[in-house]
Amino acid sequence: MTAAPYVFEYHLINYRRTWRSSALSTFVLPLLTMLGFGVGVGAYVTGGVAGVPYLDWMVPGLIASTAVQTAMGESTWPVFSYFKWLRSYYAQVAAPLRVGDILGGHLAFVVFRTVVGGAAFLLIAAFFGTMHSWWALAALPVAALCGLAVATPTFAYAARIPSDSYLAILFRAGVLPMSLFSGVFFPVELLPGPLRAVAYALPLWHGVDLTRAATLGVPPDWSLTGHVAYLVLWAAGGAVLAARQFARRLVV
Amino acid sequence: MSADPLIHARGLVKRFGDFTAVDGIDVDVTRGEAFGFLGPNGAGKSSTMRMISCVSPPTGGVLSILGMDPRRDGPRIRARLGVCPQLDNLDIELTVRENLTTYARFFGIARAEARRRADELLRFVQLAERANSKVDPLSGGMKRRLTIARALVNEPEVVLLDEPTTGLDPQARHLVWERLFRLRQQGVTLVLTTHYMDEAEQLCDRLVVMDGGRIVAEGSPRALIERYSTREVVELRFTTDDQAAYADKLAGLGERLEVLPDRILLYVGDGDGAAAEVQRRALHPASVLVRRSSLEDVFLHLTGRTLVD
Repeated sequence: MTAAPYVFEYHLINYRRTWRSSALSTFVLPLLTMLGFGVGVGAYVTGGVAGVPYLDWMVPGLIASTAVQTAMGESTWPVFSYFKWLRSYYAQVAAPLRVGDILGGHLAFVVFRTVVGGAAFLLIAAFFGTMHSWWALAALPVAALCGLAVATPTFAYAARIPSDSYLAILFRAGVLPMSLFSGVFFPVELLPGPLRAVAYALPLWHGVDLTRAATLGVPPDWSLTGHVAYLVLWAAGGAVLAARQFARRLVV
Repeated sequence: MSADPLIHARGLVKRFGDFTAVDGIDVDVTRGEAFGFLGPNGAGKSSTMRMISCVSPPTGGVLSILGMDPRRDGPRIRARLGVCPQLDNLDIELTVRENLTTYARFFGIARAEARRRADELLRFVQLAERANSKVDPLSGGMKRRLTIARALVNEPEVVLLDEPTTGLDPQARHLVWERLFRLRQQGVTLVLTTHYMDEAEQLCDRLVVMDGGRIVAEGSPRALIERYSTREVVELRFTTDDQAAYADKLAGLGERLEVLPDRILLYVGDGDGAAAEVQRRALHPASVLVRRSSLEDVFLHLTGRTLVD
């Protein structure tokens, strides 16, 4: 019997207190993106990409990219703070919870937040007519998987670092380049060989390709099973590291 | 009182790498007792408390809590403990009541029951009228009382308090003591650490003094005073930079004499008699204070006056 659902519930109650501030960015950001890229940039890219209008091609990439950024946002400062500033994890470990419950409950909440953000984006994007198929709904489980694939290693990282300045480094040196070179705004085939290899190694491109296949209703560029397996590998590897770091901090 | 101790430790050791924080201590705490760990910073009090809280596996020795082994039954033991940590870790985004109800859920307590207990506990710690306010604007004393209420939400058999009144103003401290005293009357076993001697004297039936990871003395506050100090202490201040110059002239007065930079302490059975003798010897100290010996005298005698940071 696991107590992780109680931890998930705790994070939901915390979210209920703060969701208004995040709701604005959850809806406004996609809306601005649709207008800015669709109407602005889209007007220049007249030929479209892979036979579809540029906006329709780019939106699924942004949905995956937003999922990754939401998940990482929820896995960085909150995790660091629950160890260092608010010390909530220490309160939880004094209750009859195991380290796995604490970690699992928090990860479940991060996935929940990611899916909520992904659903909002999907809704607005559908309103602009960029969804080509009912397969678009598959973008939600893909967002969940993408979120988990980046959340677990980020939990491990946030539990390991001595100061929060390392979190800013992660975003500048990791997330920003990953968002630019993972096939969100232009096909990865346009990248020079070594950079393309980096894009394939990072989790985001796999999420982008899957989401794009879903919203356009076409097969992915790469194997479906391969994408899913690779993202699961990231999630599982990260979970092992995170569990180790959490135990190191909480049970000493 | 039950025969089996609630907390039983023999040769308990905690090491962090090369550093030995707790160096083989023996402790027994029985049901209904208020038990204190006293000692300077770094004595090993908090490490001991963390092992008892079942969040820190012992490096060596025997530890049994509520008849169970913390290495194996951690969650089952923690379900019956209440922990009030040294540093507050309340949820500042949540309301006062939500802090208790969400924490109760970690113990698998049903929502309705959690709300009932929260309201009852908020009355107990005198925070009922702040139930819907956020935690952030509360004073230090209120936050500490809320942390204590949170530690009681599972109706624990043992409440562990790590320096429960450190950093509180006198009014807040007295209110916390009064509530803890009330808990003790209800039969809850209290285990606390402190470096306030008055706190230990107020709250503890029995205590151990720790220094350098070991237990250096054990007993009731009164027994420790009788054993390691005298009944009374006379504090003499002389108008000189060199208090030590007077030490010889005080020879033979009392059982022990201690020279401090600003005063001389005479440990005696009869304080007024010793003070009169000082006058007879025409030493004319600038001030004379006769007081009862306190746990502080015991503590400083046993652990020394050197500052530990």
